[in-house]
Amino acid sequence: MDLTYTDEEQEFRACLRAWLAKVLPELPARPSPDDWPGRRAYDAGWQRRLYDAGYAGLHWPVDAGGRGATPTQHLIFLEETERAGAPYVGANFVGLLHAGPTIAAEGTAAQRARWLPPVLRGDEVWCQGFSEPDAGSDLASLRTRAVRDGDDYVITGSKIWTSHAEVADWCELLVRTAPISEASPKHRGISWLAMPMDAPGVTVRPLRTLAGSTEFAEMFLDEVRVPVANRVGAQNDGWRVTMVTLSFERGTAFVGEVVACRRTLGELARTAKANGRWDDPVLRRRLGRLYGEFGALWRLTQWNVSESEGTGGVPGIGGSVFKLAYSHARQELYDTAAQVLGADSLALDGEWVLDRLSSLSYTIAAGTSQIQRNIVAERILGLPKGR
Amino acid sequence: MDFRLTEEQQDLRAGVRDLLAGRYGREALRASVDAGGALDRGLWRELGEAGFFALRLQEADGGVGLGLPEAVLVFEEAGRALLPGPLVATHLAAGTVPGAAAGTAVVTAFDLGGPGGPGGLGGRLVAHLGDADAVLGTPSLPSGEPVRSADPLTPLHRVAGPGSAAAAYRDEGALLTAALQAGSALRTVELAVRYAQEREQFGQPIGAFQAVKHLCAQMLVRAEVARTAVYAAAVTVDPAEVAGAKLLADEAAVRNARDCLQVHGGMGFTWEADVHLHLKRAWVRAEQWRTAGEAEELLAGELLAAELPTAAQ
Repeated sequence: MDLTYTDEEQEFRACLRAWLAKVLPELPARPSPDDWPGRRAYDAGWQRRLYDAGYAGLHWPVDAGGRGATPTQHLIFLEETERAGAPYVGANFVGLLHAGPTIAAEGTAAQRARWLPPVLRGDEVWCQGFSEPDAGSDLASLRTRAVRDGDDYVITGSKIWTSHAEVADWCELLVRTAPISEASPKHRGISWLAMPMDAPGVTVRPLRTLAGSTEFAEMFLDEVRVPVANRVGAQNDGWRVTMVTLSFERGTAFVGEVVACRRTLGELARTAKANGRWDDPVLRRRLGRLYGEFGALWRLTQWNVSESEGTGGVPGIGGSVFKLAYSHARQELYDTAAQVLGADSLALDGEWVLDRLSSLSYTIAAGTSQIQRNIVAERILGLPKGR
Repeated sequence: MDFRLTEEQQDLRAGVRDLLAGRYGREALRASVDAGGALDRGLWRELGEAGFFALRLQEADGGVGLGLPEAVLVFEEAGRALLPGPLVATHLAAGTVPGAAAGTAVVTAFDLGGPGGPGGLGGRLVAHLGDADAVLGTPSLPSGEPVRSADPLTPLHRVAGPGSAAAAYRDEGALLTAALQAGSALRTVELAVRYAQEREQFGQPIGAFQAVKHLCAQMLVRAEVARTAVYAAAVTVDPAEVAGAKLLADEAAVRNARDCLQVHGGMGFTWEADVHLHLKRAWVRAEQWRTAGEAEELLAGELLAAELPTAAQ
């Protein structure tokens, strides 16, 4: 139980902090969500700066062009960038946290050489083609088909909830290469492909979220041809390949957000103090409780990162425990914010209400809370599989 | 940074678990209930010999020379085993009250909150006063009237007057009590899961039903968040972190015991099932050292004063 950082880790933090202090003041504000090309260019520019300073793909292995940082260093990186108010990973999210690490772990030398450097430099943006209208939390039941034709797969189907699809160059696409049958369970027969977004037959249609923005899209695939050489991992082995990707998502995806939530809570307390609602003991105690909860969630993050040091950086199943607690606390935070702000919380020009609306996705995205509870019950607690 | 337990810490926790499983298993627990909650002095001395109370005294003073993180691991195991008695107060008294370190003296404390005074029933409740040789931080042993206690293993006395709380011990007392709560919360997850695997209804173990599964999963989430908070607070001993740990551990112990009772169905409502003993003890501990309301107020004050990370823009 050692919560102090080593000299090496502190040195890393100090260098990063000094660099951020130097580069951040000259950065313009990030374009609004209405301007996706602008956002893409902005996010790519930030990625390029990270690359030039040696902070790109910090947690990627050295032979994949990363820095081979320990999980603790990655934690420090995410903590410090959020603390300093640095730009969010944004459009580079899928490339840096899903597709890149997957290709680094499972790709051939040629595939790594083709796809990894542009992700690190911010030259190419990826999106994620996993979910389908009938395959959300039950991802393995996806139906988009890829039929082999010579050196190509011919792909037909549709994807949904595809973040950054409008501006992406590549899509990490899950397709069915063998039909579901008694002999072949549904999670077998899936393959992982890198699909160029400008391939003929790809149609992207933006979806509007309940927050009013177009953060993601649906994607229609009509006999799209993708070279077999773009398959990462063996044919029909895409499910295992994908699980590698998802474990990264659950491990460190929320580090910066916990830091941000703690800051938001502090702002909320000062707002309540200024507008007099702090004098309401029920509300004041609710804020106090949230402070305790987010403090514990930060410690749980450190705990999970420490655990992952022992597994070569692959986060364990503790990610499900964290996601269940965090998604609930985040929603509670913004409901409490609405109590502090009263009717002002309804004005759509405020950040609060947009954050409150987007917090609703946290118990749904990346596996609903109900599915996470099944995972915890069956895989950690060992309760029998059921329906 | 490496938050994980060291090998020594893991060994300590495993050792205490084995010791308590052998010395205070289920039969001993039920025997204590049948004995009306009277403290087993023999067991108390054995705990003393095992270093339970002298854990944090320097070796030169006859102690074990360990720190709060180790104490928290030991108390987590005591909470898991539902070990009765004023464990926290006696541990805190080691080195100041003669015999406390060795387990030859039983020391209680004015650690139960509540309004007491006007409008209430008058006086304050003190746990294990009948068995106690001393009260932490007070020169003499007060007299009190026995009161029927909700927890069969925590006898209560009502003492006239306000009694001075042992304020100097408040953070450590709250932290160690939180550790007991975390241990109980983890134990009730195990009890619920075991029952859900064994008990069959509609032709299958009830643990196959999603409704039961989700109760159990949420219990684990509560217990793990609380345990992490307790461990971190033991390392930092920051008052806000201690208050947060107590708040979360109280809630985990109480709500987990209730959910465990629910998973046990009709069995859970019986005296024979151990679930009610965990619930009642969790209720007692939630009133000790720092209540939820006090913890929330302290945390709110700290939040307002805290230097939280600021955004550049």
